[in-house]
Amino acid sequence: MRRGAAWLVLLLTGCNSYQNALGGDGAEGANFVQLFTVFMVVCTVMYLIVAAALVFALWRRRRTALVLDDRTHHQTSRVVRPALAAWTALIGTGLVVLTIASFFTDRTNAAQGSKPQIKITVTANQWWWDVQYRLPDVSRNVRTANEIHLPVGIPVKVTLKSNDVIHSFWIPNLAGKQDLIPGRQTDAQLLPRKVGLYRGQCAEFCGVQHAQMALDVMVESKEDFLRWYAGQLKPATAPANSLQLAGYRYFTTRECSTCHNIGGTPASGQVAPDLTHFASRRSIAAGTLPMARGNVYGWVADPQSQKPGNRMPTVGLSANDLHALVAYLETLK
Amino acid sequence: MNAAERAKLPPAKVARDGPRLTGAKLEERLAVTWSNPPGFIGWLSSVDHKDIGRRYVITALAFLALAGALAIVMRLQLSKPDNDLIGAARYNEIFTMHGTTMMFLFAVPVMQGMQIYLTPLMLGTRANAFPRLNAFSYWTYLAGGLLLWIAFVLNIAPDIGWFAYPPLSGPQYGVGKRADIWAQMVTFTEIAALAGAVSLTATILKQRAPGMSLGRMPIFVWATLVTSLMVIFSMPSVALASGMLLSDRLVGTHFYNPAEQGDALLWQHLFWFFGHPEVYIIFLPATGFVSEIVATFSRRTIVFYPIVVMALVATGILAFGLWVHHMFATGLPRIGYSFYTAASMAVSIPTGLQIFCWIATLWEGRPRLQVPLLYVIGFIFTFVIGGLTGVMIAAVPLDLQLHDTYFIVAHFHYVLIGGAVFPLLGAITYWFPKATGRLMSERLGKISFWMIFLGFQLAFFPMHIAGINGMPRRVYTYPAGMGLELPNLLSSIGSVVVAGAVLLFVVNLIMSARAGRVSPSNPWDAPSLEWAATCPPAKYNFPHIPIVDSRTPLWDAGEKMAVVHGLRVNDRELLLTTVVSATPDMREPSAEPSLWPFIGTLALTVMFVCSIFSPWAVVFGIVPVAVALFAWFWPKSLNPEREPVIS
Amino acid sequence: MSLRFRSSIAALALVLVLVGCDREQRQTRGKPLAETIPASASPDTVFPGDANLPKADPRAAAYEGNAAAISEGQRLYNWMNCSGCHFHGGGGMGVALMDDKWRYGGRIDQIVATIVEGRPNGMPSFRGRLTGQQVWQLAAYVRTLSGQERKDAVSARADEVSNTPPQTQTKREPLNPADSAEQ
Repeated sequence: MRRGAAWLVLLLTGCNSYQNALGGDGAEGANFVQLFTVFMVVCTVMYLIVAAALVFALWRRRRTALVLDDRTHHQTSRVVRPALAAWTALIGTGLVVLTIASFFTDRTNAAQGSKPQIKITVTANQWWWDVQYRLPDVSRNVRTANEIHLPVGIPVKVTLKSNDVIHSFWIPNLAGKQDLIPGRQTDAQLLPRKVGLYRGQCAEFCGVQHAQMALDVMVESKEDFLRWYAGQLKPATAPANSLQLAGYRYFTTRECSTCHNIGGTPASGQVAPDLTHFASRRSIAAGTLPMARGNVYGWVADPQSQKPGNRMPTVGLSANDLHALVAYLETLK
Repeated sequence: MNAAERAKLPPAKVARDGPRLTGAKLEERLAVTWSNPPGFIGWLSSVDHKDIGRRYVITALAFLALAGALAIVMRLQLSKPDNDLIGAARYNEIFTMHGTTMMFLFAVPVMQGMQIYLTPLMLGTRANAFPRLNAFSYWTYLAGGLLLWIAFVLNIAPDIGWFAYPPLSGPQYGVGKRADIWAQMVTFTEIAALAGAVSLTATILKQRAPGMSLGRMPIFVWATLVTSLMVIFSMPSVALASGMLLSDRLVGTHFYNPAEQGDALLWQHLFWFFGHPEVYIIFLPATGFVSEIVATFSRRTIVFYPIVVMALVATGILAFGLWVHHMFATGLPRIGYSFYTAASMAVSIPTGLQIFCWIATLWEGRPRLQVPLLYVIGFIFTFVIGGLTGVMIAAVPLDLQLHDTYFIVAHFHYVLIGGAVFPLLGAITYWFPKATGRLMSERLGKISFWMIFLGFQLAFFPMHIAGINGMPRRVYTYPAGMGLELPNLLSSIGSVVVAGAVLLFVVNLIMSARAGRVSPSNPWDAPSLEWAATCPPAKYNFPHIPIVDSRTPLWDAGEKMAVVHGLRVNDRELLLTTVVSATPDMREPSAEPSLWPFIGTLALTVMFVCSIFSPWAVVFGIVPVAVALFAWFWPKSLNPEREPVIS
Repeated sequence: MSLRFRSSIAALALVLVLVGCDREQRQTRGKPLAETIPASASPDTVFPGDANLPKADPRAAAYEGNAAAISEGQRLYNWMNCSGCHFHGGGGMGVALMDDKWRYGGRIDQIVATIVEGRPNGMPSFRGRLTGQQVWQLAAYVRTLSGQERKDAVSARADEVSNTPPQTQTKREPLNPADSAEQ
């Protein structure tokens, strides 16, 4: 039934499978699909009853003996009072059933998230996501940006913080959303059940580029996840040729390193996304552009044209510097 | 006795009745007593509730048109993915202006305006209680609306959303004075709404026609009473919240600064404590319209009047216990959320009972399918969908997926347009002959109804799909390939149809006002008292105050209605009755036209606008306000005539 | 209603125009500024006696009294750890920025030069580290610490622990050059 509803909606709109509340690819997401189906059935039935009653009331014209004169404005036929009682009982019961279903789903969600094995801290900024995997051994923490990798079937707890305004962390295929509120710490539980690529998006209006603050989520097998994690733990690739070296030099001595960090280099700015493994990501600038050479050129040359108002300034690079920088950035796998 | 004999009497210590007027002479004298001074000053100083109500409705419809135009612009931007018709910053200003205008400058004021116009007529009295406060309410509302829209024209419109959450609206991230303009506009409209609500409550409780006990009031009046009390309890919350925001931004207080023990969530609690009752403040008067229209066009009284009244009261009370359902994603304790889920579900029960009563009335009556009833039918088909999606999002697990997506946009447009605008259009059509003396074109009315009904479904139903497909709210664009193209395109097409329908409705309004079919005083054969007045009503509403002994006075007593005699004719005088059973209580003078409410608004405007820039404006600006208030309240020496002319 | 109403609206609009426009301009790319500060020396803007001060840089008008620039400058002040030496205007290792002593000048283009060049006794140079637009934004913000900018363009406080009196209540300090005998 729940798959049927999901497929029906997907069919009707020919839509996407990666940022879809009916995807049901995580535990909480699947519970949503189930509960949503229950609500849809109950609500549709109620609507049809009301609509049918209204249509019937309009079509029929009363001609029975209860019509005393042209304005029978006080008499009510005897069936109305019991009908009211039945109606009240029906909507009361319906609402109680729905409330209980909602409550039980809520508890199931809480229980499913109660024993996390992976802990991530996501800090939202205007307009990008800072992601840190936190292990008991701090030397094995990984910091990345705008992308989360998760092993399938393992519960994850995501601690949510904000550095500036209120944002909202939402990966519809996996779970419901949670706000990230400055001065407070909230958390979300994820339990992905299906391998795949998903997309999340900020869901609380956070300023001029709220629309372009997305998140790539990769759910993969445990081996693939561990392999990715091991790759993230390595420091940045060293430059191999003179063009990359020129780019490395520009990056670490000029405007870039003021804000960005590349692990294993002197570039250690903390206020912008970590770029240590920039080229391994699926997208640039929090889902604004897919990762591709042309897009890297365009972003680095003029971020304000792609995402006007974001915090990365347009530096006004010369062509040589641009070539060098992009050549270097592409090595950061 | 004749005048010569009367002259020989000793002077009276107590006024006794003078000559008694009837018929055309009575109406002439009353018209003089209750008229406005001539010219532009007279127009500015009018305290006639009909003038004020009409101004409210026309101004609110103008704001509807402006906000609707902004909506079309937004829909054009969203009709294609990655569109660049409007940039991000401009789009944020536009959706802020759209939401703010619709909620603060259209929805509540238009309902209040209809209430101000209709309530005294329905109660059988000549004026509102506190007529000058009423006038002040309108001018203050107009000032707030102009503040916001002049800012928009000058390119300093707020861009923080209509809900203005800090820290985005706070001093650090809300750059410039845009957020202050928003917050101060809220202050204006909140004062206006409170003033109107106070006047309406007093009118309803004390100025009903003799015999119109609480149980015999029209349902619209009940809705007005409940709504006005809700305004009085909820508006101060948003005034407090916006005042605290202004204070944070102007003088550096820390109400919303988490680093100094403030809290960003404080805003959300205070705002939504107002914000949820606000939507019922918009919805309940619409249910009042529906009850009146259903009764008239079914040619019978509403089935189970007490149930409908109790449903109104219950909704009004329950509405105050729901606000946290706007905050389900903020990480508050889940056990607390369960309470709000239950309460949000429960609030749909009274509305469900009302729907039963309306459908039962149609069932038991003999419905006439004219334009006002068509709008009611459209309302039922549309609002119930919105109500049911509301039941869905009352559940926390569902809300956590659907919150802040286009599903919510669809939900609230279904309940606001379906639940308030459709009844409003029906009500305007229904009471238009009363207000203007002419009927609106039935043919154009039917065309605009079908256009807006079908256009609305086309515009807003696909938004449910877009929301489920992952489209968040308040985004100026969306990427291609997410399956959002089709729902957005359909919504954009539908919105143009809706705009056309509203335009057609306005054309119908204007044309009919000039050249529509002339209307008798009760063209719909309706039962309530306002239909006993002429079309349009005279300045004094009724030559005699009627005496009522049923819920449907015009159906039961009709031409043979008893009336009150003895009220003064040369002075403005009202009859006050007791609160519950409406037995005559006392005679009360009613305020003469006065320019001081307008001047008071000017002084208040200067004070509030300047206080956006400096806190000293409050200190200095209070002086002209105080002067205006002094002049307004300065007691008038009453030299009542010894032998007044009476009716 | 028309004529008087319309003219009063026009008057109100005029007032708002006078106070509205340049405060609220938002530029995403610095214009018409060349973004990167060239490696060659920027013209020095410190003159003895202040008698022969050259005309103000034309770029100043785009940044002074501009709320967006000041807000960005406030953010950059935190991001670049200016408070590490200057605290939140009161000074520490670095000089106070809230007072009336400007050793190297308190005009916006002089502050820009200070940030770009660095200064003796510990002020680092940000040439090549920040774009020109960012430096001008920082300079605009620094000027607000001593109350130089119009109060309606300044934000009253940041969303942080309160360190200074509200910026909107800060008295405007004169731009006295420092006495070199003082430290």
